[in-house]
Amino acid sequence: MHRALISGIAIAILCSVIGLFLVLRRYSLFGDAIAHSSFGGIALGLLAGVYPLWTAYGVSIASALIITKIKDRYNISGDASIAVLLSSGIAVGLVIIGLSGGFTIDIFSFLFGSILLVSVNDTVLILSLTGGILIVILLLYRQILYSTFNEEQAKVSGIPVEKINYLIVFMAGITVVTSIQLVGVLLISALFVIPNVTAIMYGKGFKQTAIISMSFSIFSVVVGILLSYIFDITPAGTIVLLAISLLAGTMGIKSSGLLSKS
Amino acid sequence: MLKIVEIENLTVQYPDVKALDDVSFEINQGDFLGIIGPNGAGKSTLFDSMLGLNTKYKGTIKFFGEDIRKSKNYLKEIGYVPQKPIFEKNFPVTVTDVVRMGLRNESDENKIDEILQQLWIHELRNRRIGELSGGQQQRVFIAKALIINPRILILDEPVTGIDQQSIDLFYSILRELNSKQKITIIWSSHDLDAVNQLANHVACLNRTLFFHGESEKFFSNDELVKQYSEASMQEHMHHH
Repeated sequence: MHRALISGIAIAILCSVIGLFLVLRRYSLFGDAIAHSSFGGIALGLLAGVYPLWTAYGVSIASALIITKIKDRYNISGDASIAVLLSSGIAVGLVIIGLSGGFTIDIFSFLFGSILLVSVNDTVLILSLTGGILIVILLLYRQILYSTFNEEQAKVSGIPVEKINYLIVFMAGITVVTSIQLVGVLLISALFVIPNVTAIMYGKGFKQTAIISMSFSIFSVVVGILLSYIFDITPAGTIVLLAISLLAGTMGIKSSGLLSKS
Repeated sequence: MLKIVEIENLTVQYPDVKALDDVSFEINQGDFLGIIGPNGAGKSTLFDSMLGLNTKYKGTIKFFGEDIRKSKNYLKEIGYVPQKPIFEKNFPVTVTDVVRMGLRNESDENKIDEILQQLWIHELRNRRIGELSGGQQQRVFIAKALIINPRILILDEPVTGIDQQSIDLFYSILRELNSKQKITIIWSSHDLDAVNQLANHVACLNRTLFFHGESEKFFSNDELVKQYSEASMQEHMHHH
């Protein structure tokens, strides 16, 4: 149980930070697309008898980088490239699962998450990946924020915008697969998007927005895990519903005029 | 006079049109250059090439005597204010956050307050950028450009859609930056009167360079002014 909480908090922080940059880049569904492609990776791992998350990491990062390259090269719009990535991941996964003799219980735990079953090794991996990514973001904070805000101006200020873009996509790939254990393939983008959309409504500066988003995300995950444990319901769904209720509450406060700034 | 920008035989060929055709001119330290020309005259293409955003050009562009194809170091000396900075209206950054993005060295943090005061936006420092008026946003972007103490300030049509009071304030800021802080200014504008009042040099561009020289010489030559006005009027009619 405490492993689930520790891993959950780490993933909550990670998703909300990476998600903030994705949302602001109008890349909200990118997390979903990578998650779906990781489904192909998971199926591959199960077929080959390798630990499925390893193959998921490989496939997700590779497909995230490839789709970004294709998008730049052939000038495909962001949403269309996401649709391509999303459907091809599922397609590959379905074919492989078919080859390996149909759905198993393992597949379901990846589709919907299984945070209560997280192992010591998993927890260590989650904590070290979270730490690593957060350090990279803190070191390159200004460059990442600037190239998210306005690519052209960032380029003129000498920031290697393309490299930063690939770095974000790479970190998003790692984050998604790491988070699969918490909410599963199907609900990943909820953790990327909902706390950030909520936090942005409070009309604050960047650091405060990031902190608000992390707090909401941690709250949803911790309370979600506890509730699911007590009432024996699915953690993934509970976490996402809590995040949505925070969003709804914020919308309510905002429309009542208590949040004056837009 | 110290030459700080040298543009030699600059030609930019887009698939369907030649955006710039064999343009050559120089800019000296301390110049206040107004670049005028109708829509589609190649002003933005010229700026993109100078700023390294467009690398597909023929000819040579030198800053401080060095070819910009060889080194990007010159960008450290340039403050750039784009025509209309594109960002999401809800982007969660304050005025201070935006100006801080311009910083190259985190230790210069205390300069932010100083520059915000200089541009009359200090009281807005904790407001989100998307909540401000066009004129206020423009001053924020000038502050961001100035935070690195640039030797050159490049401004692309910076008064589009801004109220007259803000424009007047903006012009007085530019004049002071050029005369007191000796910053070289390269400024593209549609506003001939403002160019006449502010700039000491004029480059008149319409894919080729029609005129480049002291602004007095341009504005005292009725024939040139008339030609320019007719060309931009035709362009104007064409667009409507």
